[in-house]
Amino acid sequence: MSVDTAPVEMTERSIVARSPGMRKVVHRLVLTVGPVLAALALAGLLLLALGVDPLAYYGYVINRGLLSPSGIQQTLTRMAPLLFLASGLIVAFRAGIWNLGADGQFLLAAVTAAAAGPYFAAIMPAWLAVVLAFLMSVLVAMAWSFVPALLRAYQGVNEIITTLMMTFLGTSLANVLVKLVFLDPGTTVPQTRTLPVEDRLPRLFDTTISSGLVLGLIAIVAVHLVMTRTSFGLRLRIVGANPRAAVHSGLAVPRLTLAVFALSAGLAGAAGAVDILGVQGNVRADWNPAYGFAVIPMVFLARFNGFAAIAFVLLLSVLSIGGESAARRLGVPNHFTLVLVAIVLIVLAIAEYIDHRFIQSRKA
Amino acid sequence: MSDLFSELFLGALLFGAMTAAVPLLLAGLGEQISEKAGVLNIGIEGMMIFGAYTGFVGAYYSGSLWFGFLTGALGGAVVASIMVLLCVRIGLNQIVIGIGLTLGFDGLTALLHHFQFSRTYPRLAAAEITAIPLLSDIPVIGPAFFRHHLLVYLAVLLVGVMVYVYRRTQLGLNLQAAGDKPAALDVAGVDVVRTRTVAVLSTGVLAGLGGAYLADVGAGIFVPFITNGAGFLGIVLAMLARGRPLWVLLGALVFGLCLSLTTALQVAGINIPTDVIQMIPFLAVMAMLVIFGRRSQLPAALGIPYVRGAR
Amino acid sequence: MKHVDNSIEAGGHPVIALERVTKRFPGVVANDSVSLAIRAGEVHVLLGENGAGKSTLIGMLSGLQQPDEGRILIDGQPVAITSPRHALSLGVGTVFQHAMLVPTLTVAENLLLGAAWWRRPRKDSLRAEVEELASSLGIRIDLDATAAELSLGEQQQVEILRALLRNSRVLILDESTSMLTPSGIDELGALMRRLVKRGLAIVFITHKLREATAFGDRISILKLGRKVGEIAPERFSALSEDDLTAEIVETMFGNRRSDPDATTRVGTQFPADAQPLLAVRDLCLAPSATSPGLSKISFELRAGEVLGIAGIDGNGQKQLAEVLAGQIAADSGAILLEGRPVDAMSVGARRDAGLRYLTDDRLGEGTVGAFPVSINFFLKQVGRSPFWKAGIEQGGEIDRRAAELVRDYDVRTPSIRTPIGRLSGGNIQKVLLARELSTGAKAVIFNKPTYGLDLANTLVTRQRILDAAASGKGTLVISTDLEELLQLCDRIAVMSGGRLVGTVANGPHAASEVGSLMIGLAA
Repeated sequence: MSVDTAPVEMTERSIVARSPGMRKVVHRLVLTVGPVLAALALAGLLLLALGVDPLAYYGYVINRGLLSPSGIQQTLTRMAPLLFLASGLIVAFRAGIWNLGADGQFLLAAVTAAAAGPYFAAIMPAWLAVVLAFLMSVLVAMAWSFVPALLRAYQGVNEIITTLMMTFLGTSLANVLVKLVFLDPGTTVPQTRTLPVEDRLPRLFDTTISSGLVLGLIAIVAVHLVMTRTSFGLRLRIVGANPRAAVHSGLAVPRLTLAVFALSAGLAGAAGAVDILGVQGNVRADWNPAYGFAVIPMVFLARFNGFAAIAFVLLLSVLSIGGESAARRLGVPNHFTLVLVAIVLIVLAIAEYIDHRFIQSRKA
Repeated sequence: MSDLFSELFLGALLFGAMTAAVPLLLAGLGEQISEKAGVLNIGIEGMMIFGAYTGFVGAYYSGSLWFGFLTGALGGAVVASIMVLLCVRIGLNQIVIGIGLTLGFDGLTALLHHFQFSRTYPRLAAAEITAIPLLSDIPVIGPAFFRHHLLVYLAVLLVGVMVYVYRRTQLGLNLQAAGDKPAALDVAGVDVVRTRTVAVLSTGVLAGLGGAYLADVGAGIFVPFITNGAGFLGIVLAMLARGRPLWVLLGALVFGLCLSLTTALQVAGINIPTDVIQMIPFLAVMAMLVIFGRRSQLPAALGIPYVRGAR
Repeated sequence: MKHVDNSIEAGGHPVIALERVTKRFPGVVANDSVSLAIRAGEVHVLLGENGAGKSTLIGMLSGLQQPDEGRILIDGQPVAITSPRHALSLGVGTVFQHAMLVPTLTVAENLLLGAAWWRRPRKDSLRAEVEELASSLGIRIDLDATAAELSLGEQQQVEILRALLRNSRVLILDESTSMLTPSGIDELGALMRRLVKRGLAIVFITHKLREATAFGDRISILKLGRKVGEIAPERFSALSEDDLTAEIVETMFGNRRSDPDATTRVGTQFPADAQPLLAVRDLCLAPSATSPGLSKISFELRAGEVLGIAGIDGNGQKQLAEVLAGQIAADSGAILLEGRPVDAMSVGARRDAGLRYLTDDRLGEGTVGAFPVSINFFLKQVGRSPFWKAGIEQGGEIDRRAAELVRDYDVRTPSIRTPIGRLSGGNIQKVLLARELSTGAKAVIFNKPTYGLDLANTLVTRQRILDAAASGKGTLVISTDLEELLQLCDRIAVMSGGRLVGTVANGPHAASEVGSLMIGLAA
């Protein structure tokens, strides 16, 4: 509309004046927690339809995923790779790059860690072996994203399709490597050699929680601060929000694009590395937990905010650890977690839409 | 080793290629319709898996494959209608919702399968083959391409139909306009939202049908995650084909051949991990992109919800 | 004519009538109780500045928007026009300001859009129909050309044709002359006359007074969403053109007695041997699908000078600006700022050297709409001290300076944290002006600086340009608005098909000289 919107600003001002920061936070919180509860109720109806008592199920999941000592330790350990993946996705999505290839990057890094870890551990101190294996994994994941990065940066080829293809490729390649190159001759199961428990990432204090959790938390907080507080982060956000404004402002968009891919893939690689070096110890053939895909909704739910992402990753961990345990005990497959996550995502998106409409109609 | 090149082997290989190509073809053609109309349909994997489930359930309980295809197509359409409501009607982010739908229906069908079939793992009888007279008697080619379930021929025919629709019908014009300049379509008196609704629902029907074929004819059984990324392959095919249905067919056949080769080699007792062969088509496509990598000409309004009067 | 006539006059059956129509947007009353009657055989001019509510009125007539109050009558019957489709079926055809053709379809396919979806496009009968209609109107149209290949004027003709093919009884032309050459405007005027003679009702929207008096039968004047006056055909023909102009000016601008666009500045002559601030030599750029490229562009700009670039949109002006700013690389040629070549410099380095570019696309590339006003001031200085130190954002420093600029440039914003996309065009332009002019500017390129602004902001922006020149900056003003250039510039160069076809010193005869250069005649 060519209508001058000066009076709109007047209304804005009065709204802003009425809602100080605290109210905004409460509003956000209600807008997040409300839909999560609604989604839990909706998913509960599904359980009911399947003949499972939803209250018993949720109670069990919370108990096993959050309240029981072993459960919470597993949950916190599971958070480590998820936090790395989330931070990698935040970098990419904030810069407007749809890296859907996190799972491929994750798997190849995992295989690298599984191959390098035991090899290095045999010839050098364990801590150095872990550090070297970690760095190699990160580099491999970065390299794996290089072709989509180049194509996007210099040819404008859509990264959704290239990163998706690289995920398929990466999944297959990881299997090939496990079965043909790094196969452990000592076992009948096709898998890589196993990093001895004592050579893995140290556990926190007297618990079974992997120190990967600390690394993951550092990574996501660092990413959040870089994206919101530094000139580098601002440049990436400009590229993401308005690529033409980035060109106009003299930003080197292709180089920034390469940097985004490298960072995003590197963080996904770090996720694979901490999972192997901290928890799994090896990679079995056809192993693909598809964490990357499951984390995408969390990152959206957190609106690309690092701190909110920690909360959502915790939620996902509780649900999946609790869900895995419920699968064994209550006979509800942990696929239910996927359904729950999807319902949360959709309900939250709808809630945001309704909220937006409500604010608009109030302004009018 | 001479087995490798026997007629029988070649025939089986090509037959398998065709069988594997059909779901990809249907998904690719379906995705193409959405993309043409400006909707990036990442939810297609969810439409496919739900179509596979409902298609299997329909066929299993009715005893009729055709009824299964019908329920499969309907299942795909059900998921598509959620996409329509959230992305076309109220304009939520197409990538977020697409991924949400895929995850959700992957989970839901796995869950339903667990409660319904995980103890019995029921199988359907082998699909009835329609041999095309004369053509099916040609050596190698005949059994490979002309002894399939009727749906296979229909899927290939659909390629021609889509070419016709895009080039020669009002609907084709409308779809292209909805993707390239929706506002122009709107002022020409065609409802953009309705056009995109039709497009996404068609995608759902085709994806659901592809899923149903996969479960009912291809596998004869439903297992969780049976589509295994076929919907995503459909997205890749549609994006590479850029609006040309024939290219989708070509791409689907190449991918299908690679999938078939993996099984065929195993049968022939050659010990190459299936993964190596599965990598081939992706490697080929990536190599093509690197060598020819020009800008992919996607519809201008792809992924952008249409709001009347917004500038 | 001080009285406001809001009633529908008796006699002559209006095809469409608006009765006290009101339309509100959040915080704005775009149309306030407007009544209009559109009659067959008449060109009804809607005259008003940007922001007067013309576009909203058109939106309601063409079914894009619905009125909040009041009603629309068609042939005397109240009708709610619910969609563009509905408007078309009621016989209301609209040619929008921005081309509404699908660029990837052919002209024929564009004309066929809108038929029932199951039909086969009837290309053959269309060809016959178009042939007949086009020849009777004296226009030529290539049905097989792709819409993207057509000039804006040709696209407009296609859209007019489309409206006629749909048997429209009312044709609405929204700011149709803004993209046309002077001769193209005359052609459109003649076409409108032929159309009303066939019994069509035409609504012609413009903000240019001269076009209103030249092509109209009846003029309704809109101001800030209200109808403030109407001149009926009888009165129209009774008044001389000068009296008519005077009367309209008084209605539109109150006691300011002259058309603000009518003044012409007499250019300052700069001595030819003065050291040029910005020298451009033989700049070339290959043509692309959407632009004619640049061929051998050469000019010199002196400190304190305002050099205008006139020409129809899409003749390479944007490419010239972007090459100068460093956003695209020229194929050959040289750009010298104060005698030093800048060709090898990046966008940022050129900006640091004092070469500034104020883009015409304020929201598309000038700003990031979702970011706060404060950050948008410094979009071209990201990472620079004192706003960033060692890469860390210095929030306090940014806010302090942003507040200063908001004050100095009179940016009306609720706060410096407001997302800039929520501001009006005029206020966004002030942010851009502050960004380019505030420190270290030597030569500034203004691309269509007042496009889409209301009068107050247009005047503010023009004054900024003149002030910049007065303070010794060299300024290059690219504009499609000839009056604007006549008002601002010392010299005016004309650009056509990617080349500078001539330069004239501003003065009493500049308008006609520039006009003839634009249509390909030597000045």
